[in-house]
Amino acid sequence: MSVSGEADAIRTTSAARPRARWTRNISAKIAAVPMILTALVVFLGGTIWTVVYSFTNSKLLPKANFVGFDQYERLWSQSRWLVSIENLLFYGVMSLVFTVVMGFILAVLMDQKIRYEDTFRTIMLYPFALSFIVTGLVWQWILNPDFGIQGVVRDWGWTSFTFDPLNNPDTVLYGLLIAGLWQGTGFVMCLMLAGLRGIDEDIWKAARVDGIPTWKTYVIVIIPMMRPVFITTLVIVASGIIRLYDLVVAMTSGGPGGNASQVPAMYVYDYMFQAQNLGQGFAASTMMLLSVLIVLIPWAYLEFGGKKHG
Amino acid sequence: MADASLAMTGPRGAKPKKTLSGRNIMLYGILIVVCVYYLLPLWVMVMTSVKGMPEVRLGNIFAPPVEITFQPWVKAWSEACTGLNCDGLSRGFWNSVLITVPSVIVSIAIASINGYALINWKFRGSDIFFTILIFGSFIPYQIMLYPIVILLREMGIYGTLWGLILVHTIFGMPILTLLFRNYFSAIPEELFKAARVDGAGFWGIYFRIMLPMSLPIFVVALILQVTGIWNDFLFGVVFTKPDLYPMTVQLNNIVNSVQGVKEYNVNMAATVLTGLVPLVVYFVSGKLFVRGIAAGAVKG
Repeated sequence: MSVSGEADAIRTTSAARPRARWTRNISAKIAAVPMILTALVVFLGGTIWTVVYSFTNSKLLPKANFVGFDQYERLWSQSRWLVSIENLLFYGVMSLVFTVVMGFILAVLMDQKIRYEDTFRTIMLYPFALSFIVTGLVWQWILNPDFGIQGVVRDWGWTSFTFDPLNNPDTVLYGLLIAGLWQGTGFVMCLMLAGLRGIDEDIWKAARVDGIPTWKTYVIVIIPMMRPVFITTLVIVASGIIRLYDLVVAMTSGGPGGNASQVPAMYVYDYMFQAQNLGQGFAASTMMLLSVLIVLIPWAYLEFGGKKHG
Repeated sequence: MADASLAMTGPRGAKPKKTLSGRNIMLYGILIVVCVYYLLPLWVMVMTSVKGMPEVRLGNIFAPPVEITFQPWVKAWSEACTGLNCDGLSRGFWNSVLITVPSVIVSIAIASINGYALINWKFRGSDIFFTILIFGSFIPYQIMLYPIVILLREMGIYGTLWGLILVHTIFGMPILTLLFRNYFSAIPEELFKAARVDGAGFWGIYFRIMLPMSLPIFVVALILQVTGIWNDFLFGVVFTKPDLYPMTVQLNNIVNSVQGVKEYNVNMAATVLTGLVPLVVYFVSGKLFVRGIAAGAVKG
C-alpha cells in the first residue's frame, strides 16, 4: 500500500518543482480538509467519544465520571431494550429473507425478455423514492381497522373478518413488514437484475446445450455465481435495518401497549434527547455499533480479504 | 448443422414465439398482480386526498371519489396544525427547500473535489481517510449524533438550518465521494497529464477538464441527494427546532397528533404533498435514478 501510494505521489507531482514535502500538492491537501475532518473528527472521533462516554454516568450533560459497565448492565436489564432487540431480530430476519427472495424472484421474472420492462421496473421501484414517513403513513391508513382493508371486507358482508395488525402487540411487526417490504423490495430487485444481466450469455447457452431446465440452471448455476451480489445486498439491507426508526415512528410510535414495536434506534433517541439519560443512550448506541460490526467485519473480510484494495 | 439444408428451404430465422403461451400468461399475470400491490398505496393515497370527510367515513378507501374536492389539499398546505402553528405544511415545505438546496450544492461540491483529489492528487494517507469514510457510511448514525450536537453547539449553529446543512454534507460525503472517485478513475489519465504539462493546476484541471466531462455523474449525485435529504427524518428531528422542522417531520406531527378529530383526507393530502418532490424527481430522472442507487449501493 504505502509503496504504491508513494509512487503515485511522485508520479502526479513529477511535473512540479521539488518542494518541501508537506507543501507539495498544497491545494489538493487544502481541498481535502473537509474530507479529513469528517473522517477523523466526526466519524472516528465521534464514534470513539460516544463509546468512551458510554462508560460514564452522564445524565443531562456528558460528564467524565467513569462507572465501568454499569450502563450496560442497566441496559440489558431493561425490558424495553430487550423487546427492542427481539423486535429488531425478528423484523430483520423476516425482512432480509423476504426482500432477498422476493427481489430475486421478481428479477428472474423481469429477466425473461419481457415487454414493457421499463414500465414494470418504474412501478416496482417508485416506493423506494418515498420516505419511510410517507410509506408508514400510507400503510397506517390502509391498515386502519375502521376504514382500511378490514373495514372494506366487513362492509362486503364478512363481518367477523379481522385484519388489524397495527393495534395488536402480537402482529404489529407484520404490519411494519408489509410496509417495509413494499418500500424496499423494488430496490433489491434492481440490484439482483443488474447481477443477472452481468452473467455471461455463454453460461446460458452451455446450460441449454446440456439440456438443463431453466429453473434448475437458476438454482444450481446462476445463484452460486451471483454470490457477491447476494452478499452485497444482504450487507446493504442489514445495515439499513439496524437503523430502522422512521418507519416505526410513523406507523406505531413504538406501540401498541407501550413498547410492542420498539426498536433500538428509538431507545437511543428517547434516552439521548427526551429522557435526558445520556449514558443509557450512549450505551445503547454502542450496542448498535457492535451489531453493525458483527455484520460488517466478516463482509469486509470476504470482500477485501484476499486482494489489495484502493 | 444437420438440418441446415432443411432450414434453407423452409422459413428462416428463429421460430416466432406465441404471445399467448401459458408461460407468458403466468409471467405477465404475476407481474401485473405485483404491480397492483405496488400501485395500491399510491392509488389509495391520492383517492383519499380528494374525497370529502363524509365520503371517507362512509365509503370504501379503494373506491374512486364520487365528488372530487381539493379542499383537503388546500387545508393540508395552508391550515393544518402542528402544536401551536396553524399555517399548514407550507412551512415545512419551504424549510425543506431551504435545507435541501444548499445541502445538495455544498455536499456535491465537496464530494466531487474529494473524489478528484483521491484519484489525481493522492497524498500520503489519502486512501486511509477514504476507507474511514466508507466505513463511516455503514455505522449507525445514532452513535455520532451526540458528538455532532456538541460540535454544532460549539460552532454556534445548533438548531439552525446551517447546522442541518452541515450534517447533511457530512453524512452525504461517503457515498458521493465514492461515486465521484469511481467516475473520475475512468477518465483517461493522459488528459490529466497533458493538462499538467500545459501548466494547469489543481483547480484549473478540476474546473476546465473534470467538471465538463462528468456532467452525468453530477446529475446522478443530484438525484441521490435531493431524494435522500428531502426524505430525511432523523436529522431533522435532532438538529433543528420546531419552527425549522423539515416537511417529513412536520408531516409526521400533523398526521400522528393525538388531539382533535382525525381528518384522514387532509392527512393523505399532506402525505401526497410530501412525497411529491421525490416522486417527481424519480419519474423525471428515470434510468438515471436506477443508476444512482446502483452506484450508491454496489460499493468498491
